[in-house]
Amino acid sequence: MQLKKLTVAAMLIAGAAAANEIAPADVVFTEDGAIEASLSGSPGVAENAPEIMNKGAGNCIACHQVTALSDIPFHGEVGPSLDGAGSRWTEAELRGLVANAKMTFEGSMMPSFYKIDGFTRPGDAYTGKAAKLPLDPLLTAQQVEDVVAFLMTLKDQ
Amino acid sequence: MTKRSGSKALTWMALSSVVFAAPALADESAKLVVNDEIEMITETDAPAHLDGALGTIRSGWTFRTSETQVLQMDDFDNPGMIFVDQALDQWNTVEGSAGKSCASCHDDVESSMAGVRAVYPKWNEEAEEVRTLVMQINDCRENQMGAEPLKYTSGKMTAMEALISVQSRGMPVDVAIDGPAQSTWERGKDIYYTRFGQLDLSCANCHEDNYDNMIRADHLSQGQINGFPVYRLKNTKLNNAHARFKGCIRDTRAETFKPGSDEFVALELYVASRGNGLSVEAPSVRN
Ligand code: HEC
Ligand code: HEC
Ligand code: HEC
Repeated sequence: MQLKKLTVAAMLIAGAAAANEIAPADVVFTEDGAIEASLSGSPGVAENAPEIMNKGAGNCIACHQVTALSDIPFHGEVGPSLDGAGSRWTEAELRGLVANAKMTFEGSMMPSFYKIDGFTRPGDAYTGKAAKLPLDPLLTAQQVEDVVAFLMTLKDQ
Repeated sequence: MTKRSGSKALTWMALSSVVFAAPALADESAKLVVNDEIEMITETDAPAHLDGALGTIRSGWTFRTSETQVLQMDDFDNPGMIFVDQALDQWNTVEGSAGKSCASCHDDVESSMAGVRAVYPKWNEEAEEVRTLVMQINDCRENQMGAEPLKYTSGKMTAMEALISVQSRGMPVDVAIDGPAQSTWERGKDIYYTRFGQLDLSCANCHEDNYDNMIRADHLSQGQINGFPVYRLKNTKLNNAHARFKGCIRDTRAETFKPGSDEFVALELYVASRGNGLSVEAPSVRN
């Protein structure tokens, strides 16, 4: 009984969060590719980011070097180091970069993490098979916020 | 940061509990001479059709660690040669309703197949199609021998492809891209520059714009196929080019094409042509 109540409460909270969430198709970018408002309607939790940026859905480390995450092995060299990103960019700009870097850097090789259409032959994760539509974005709204909160902590020394 | 490479090739996104060997750097100035005898061109000027997209072209061998490189320098160390030996038995084995073996018509593989790999995929006049080596082998099996075709990426087929390729080792890749092959080549080029999947990446993103960079634990090469079929330490078998294409497209979170599909045949012709001038290395060894 106790448990059941808790579950219901948790569902209500999740439902409330989702209500404030901005769906991938509804995201508004500024002219420079920034996103002003939180995608989840909630603040990001920086502590959750390392997991997401490592082998999780983000896999940022495959392409970027991040000194603050040096305990994770094998940082890639495809993109620039993210050290100091929180000094170079505003929160809104970082949100835009993580959601869809192509709005900031035209033709960027960086995947768009909060986008669900406009792909050629999208697959069902890494199976090589056709995707079941609609696609889920690579990161949830909250995961984008968590990563952005973490990037904001990467200040110039 | 320092450059590192793992002992195993990884599907770059799907990393999990992989154990890495000690970091080792590729020796990019090393020379590849096989059996103290066959001198390989592993780096040379890019073919004119690349139009400056690459200055020099480099074999995948130049990107591998010295431990991996050395395995390709002597046939006794090259695990791929076991499969070549097996295919030689196959070459002499009678199969199919016509009661023939490959040798019945082509005699000695060393002389009859010398230089063949270097010019494949190639336009076949009679069939009016661009044929890969695999397609040609299956054509002979079906129409000359009355035997069952082999699965495109099967072990038996890939070994036969390797046996035929070995007879061209050291010769420069020289596939024709003009004349009747041109439209297929153009299609392959299109595919090479198309960004696939939810990660929205093209072959060129990784193998043209970022070769020599690390992506995760992988040292990105130019994605050349002069070494195919390739023995991979990762799966301890010979791998044909279409199997590799499939893996690379899958890793962009895309729906892949099938080995042997028109798309992959066109892509093979195009990718082969990017290596025109590099030596045929098959069977090469990669991680
Ligand atoms: C496939 C490679 C790749 C992946 C994966 C990737 N990025 Fe990027 N990223 C790039 C490239 C390349 C650039 C440089 C922008 C350009 O010129 O296109 C970039 C740029 C950036 C920038 C701006 C760079 C600066 O000046 O500070 C940020 C911030 C960033 N990425 C964050 C991330 C985060 C966070 C993730 C994971 C959620 C991620 N990236 C995943 C390739 C990647
Ligand atoms: C009955 C005779 C016959 C048999 C048996 C036969 N082939 Fe062929 N093969 C041919 C002929 C004829 C051609 C040329 C036909 C063409 O160009 O379309 C050819 C062409 C080839 C070529 C292309 C050579 C080039 O220069 O482009 C390859 C490779 C080949 N065969 C491999 C094989 C293999 C491997 C086997 C055994 C599995 C085999 N063949 C069995 C008759 C045969
Ligand atoms: C996300 C990056 C990425 C993309 C996109 C990609 N590949 Fe690869 N590819 C790799 C990695 C990593 C390897 C293993 C290391 C190496 O040789 O580059 C590899 C290896 C290869 C090899 C083996 C090279 C050798 O010498 O053994 C070939 C061939 C190849 N890729 C072709 C392609 C083609 C064709 C495409 C487009 C359909 C493609 N790749 C797309 C990352 C990529």
